[in-house]
Amino acid sequence: MSANAAAKPAGASGAEASRLFEPTSEDALRDVIAGAVSEEVPLLVEGTGSKSGLGRPVQAGATLSTRKLTGVTLYEPEELVLSARAGTPIAEIEAMLDEKHQRLEFEPIDYGPLHGRERGLGTIGGVVACNLAGPRRLKQGAARDHVLGVRAVSGRAEIFKSGGRVVKNVTGYDLSKGIAGSFGTLAVMSEVTIKVLPKSEAETTLLLRGLDDEAASAAMALALGSPAEASGAAHLPMLTAARVMDGALGNEPATAIRLDGFGPSVEARAKHLGTVLEERGRLEHLHGEESRAFWRDVKDAIPFADGSERPVWRVSVAPTSGHALVMGLRRHAAIDAFYDWQGGLVWLRMESGEAEADLVRAGVSRIGGGHATLVRATDQVRAATEVFQPHAPALAGLSRRLKEQFDPAGVLNPGKMG
Amino acid sequence: MSIAMPKPSAAVLSRREEIVSALRAIVPGEGVVDATNEMRVFESDGLTAYRQLPLVVVLPQTVKQVSKVLKYCHANDIPVVPRGAGTSLSGGALPLEDGVLLVLSKFNKVLDVDFDNRCAVVQPGVTNLGITKAVDHRGFYYAPDPSSQIACSIGGNIAENSGGVHCLKYGLTTNNVLGLEFVTMEGEIVRIGGKHLDADGGYDMLGLMTGSEGLLGVVTEVTVRILQAPETARAVLIGFPTSEQGGECVAAIIARGIIPGGMEMMDRPAIHAAEDFVLAGYPRDVEALLIVELDGPKAEVDHLLSAVETIARENGATTTRVSQSEEERAAFWAGRKAAFPAVGRISPDYYCMDGTIPRKELPRVLAGMKEMEKKYGLKVANVFHAGDGNLHPLVLYDANKGELEKAEEFGNDILRLCVEVGGVLTGEHGVGVEKRDLMPEMFSETDLKHQQRVKCAFDAKHLLNPGKVFPQLHRCAELGRMHVHKGEVAFPDLPRF
Ligand SMILES: Cc1cc2nc3c(=O)[nH]c(=O)nc-3n(C[C@H](O)[C@H](O)[C@H](O)COP(=O)(O)OP(=O)(O)OC[C@H]3O[C@@H](n4cnc5c(N)ncnc54)[C@H](O)[C@@H]3O)c2cc1C
Repeated sequence: MSANAAAKPAGASGAEASRLFEPTSEDALRDVIAGAVSEEVPLLVEGTGSKSGLGRPVQAGATLSTRKLTGVTLYEPEELVLSARAGTPIAEIEAMLDEKHQRLEFEPIDYGPLHGRERGLGTIGGVVACNLAGPRRLKQGAARDHVLGVRAVSGRAEIFKSGGRVVKNVTGYDLSKGIAGSFGTLAVMSEVTIKVLPKSEAETTLLLRGLDDEAASAAMALALGSPAEASGAAHLPMLTAARVMDGALGNEPATAIRLDGFGPSVEARAKHLGTVLEERGRLEHLHGEESRAFWRDVKDAIPFADGSERPVWRVSVAPTSGHALVMGLRRHAAIDAFYDWQGGLVWLRMESGEAEADLVRAGVSRIGGGHATLVRATDQVRAATEVFQPHAPALAGLSRRLKEQFDPAGVLNPGKMG
Repeated sequence: MSIAMPKPSAAVLSRREEIVSALRAIVPGEGVVDATNEMRVFESDGLTAYRQLPLVVVLPQTVKQVSKVLKYCHANDIPVVPRGAGTSLSGGALPLEDGVLLVLSKFNKVLDVDFDNRCAVVQPGVTNLGITKAVDHRGFYYAPDPSSQIACSIGGNIAENSGGVHCLKYGLTTNNVLGLEFVTMEGEIVRIGGKHLDADGGYDMLGLMTGSEGLLGVVTEVTVRILQAPETARAVLIGFPTSEQGGECVAAIIARGIIPGGMEMMDRPAIHAAEDFVLAGYPRDVEALLIVELDGPKAEVDHLLSAVETIARENGATTTRVSQSEEERAAFWAGRKAAFPAVGRISPDYYCMDGTIPRKELPRVLAGMKEMEKKYGLKVANVFHAGDGNLHPLVLYDANKGELEKAEEFGNDILRLCVEVGGVLTGEHGVGVEKRDLMPEMFSETDLKHQQRVKCAFDAKHLLNPGKVFPQLHRCAELGRMHVHKGEVAFPDLPRF
């Protein structure tokens, strides 16, 4: 471990954290946090810094990176389980799983393209800490649904574990879920154990062309309400459709339903769903690699990966309300939008460059609630905005107390979540 | 009863009358029950070896009442034990002598069914099966299906993060809940999540609440995901001459990329007990019986059935039978579902364990149990959720012969073995009082303290369901102290900033 004043952590944002700690063991990780506590130095906690654009900029005196805590410590394909030290590159894990025809079922988004970075950076710890997910979220859950256990060091500089390596486990609170999605503000993970699943043998996407947002919402509800077992349902309105698959879809709206699984099953379901959907619009199919390319682009929000810093919101609402949110917002601001999760995940790009947080959140509450997270904006905008959804006082109180319990000195990513 | 509960507060006990009338002012009429004979039905849950009459039973009907009751109890330092249907097998709903038993059974309405958003909003007292019944006219169902689903409440399911046969493919309760309303011990009403995913975008309170065994808040409303029922489902009965072969078959099915809708295994004693009880048509001459259910579109089920049959043969199966009708499929399951009562017929009492192990450790754990049978002179019948390694060894004993303690010791030894091979104490039944004192087998003092810090964020006075889950209650003030002080060299290699 070294305190390297010269090395600037990739993507460190906000007040530049000049001192970098890269512990190579869990004990060393604990020591760094102990040092930070005793010297009252707030830490910017990160893996490789690939997702530093998420959350609010952290005012830190030093950077703690897990990037040197690497290595898959257990992979038993027949047990569907994998453990890795937190800093293990996600790309390495995905490649390892791929070799055994397995995958991370939650299909984590790669924020690289949206944030103007390369694809494939990032660590497993970061993926879990940000509770990433992808189009398959609507069927199979997010990272938190697949975390079986974690080892971590809390802001009290104590090493603790939670959970285990088996899927069914109700021994004590599910603290692993509390740590997943806490953006490094409660504890720094040293190791995570996740459930993995077999890759699907075949994949087909049914594309309805030319639907407006409302008709698309109805068509997706129809598809998801059928026994087709869709593992993805997205709608790309006119302008956004042209921006996926290198433009191969043209500029016509595309409403996509993904079916994957065993070959004969996918074939049968596609046939049946086709008859259900064909009266809703013109039907096209994407098979195999084409389908995978489409969903990779939806997952990574490629329609907004424009190299700009125009604010992008990721809004979670009841699926059938997504289009109403967008319609309402359009009356007040210039926005571009596309939908995942049957309409329940709305990606919004604010064309004016203003984040318009109040407007977006008022829109969300008008259609019955949900939450909006600002996932791309300049450091200044993120510093001035509630990046995460503000909560009602009772819930906010619980969150604050949880933070105080795990990080009483406030040394872990202070201010990151608000 | 070998587990010590927190010492009842003499102050609370002596104020019983005053407390009862204060509660009557909040919940009128029959909502407050204080007569001993009427409280009897509440004195234990599914873990019947443990019994205790509560101070008083309260059955509120509105969230406001729940909030007022909790606020009152908080102000007056009165412990509260939430209860749903009382089917917990770990004593989670065991009353406290000085505690209010807050029973949610009057919260029994289905509030909203939203097929387009595939969710249902229900009150916590609705039974697990009640949710499916409210949505099945449109071909939907609620996936997690504990065997107790006719009786157990969804509020209890949230508290225990309950599982069932279908959880292998469709996830546990925690993977199927979208939102909650709950009331904290201080009486604050908190809403999390809703019809959308990822709750509120902040800390995963939904994840923390689910499986918290009634220690963090009283759940007053639940939003769950509902699914379109699969087009078809068929089950295969597969018999093996040894349990090892059964275990290998399970591993091979999963290695082939097949995640069945359900995959259950029974050992010889359980097979015989079930067959004697319900005549399910199980083979009697096998050591292990696997029930594999495949569900989905017909094309998929047919495809996978033949794959599973092949794998079974390759792993030494001596019998395979595929269900040819819905009746036959139901019959295959009838034996498994009746396994507990069936064992109840062959033994005066049984003690149900619930450890989970990595699947590959099955032979070792089964062998270990055989040794323990000799050591304790008691028999075990085994039923397990083979797909996810969740074992339910049923230790057979006779309480009238004073065998309870021996049975409990046997059970504890089984759980220790589960932990030793990389597993856990409880897969779905919860820690409750039953496994409370075994927690240190799995967790260090520091681990447990971090869990209790969650409790401190929710219920700093430890008034909600005390004496459950944690072997030792640390005061939150003590837990809050930081042991890393400036100038104190706690760690010799402390990096200097
Ligand atoms: C025959 C039998 C078979 C079973 N099979 C299974 C099975 O297959 N899988 C499985 O997982 N479990 C099984 N169980 C265990 C039990 O049914 C489950 O744990 C169930 O979820 C308990 O629900 P309940 O409503 O009966 O809760 P209770 O027993 O009343 O309470 C259980 C716990 O939940 C808390 N609680 C209840 N309601 C609330 C609320 N509204 N808010 C906060 N806390 C609350 C209580 O304080 C307690 O800690 C079985 C039990 C029996 C008797």
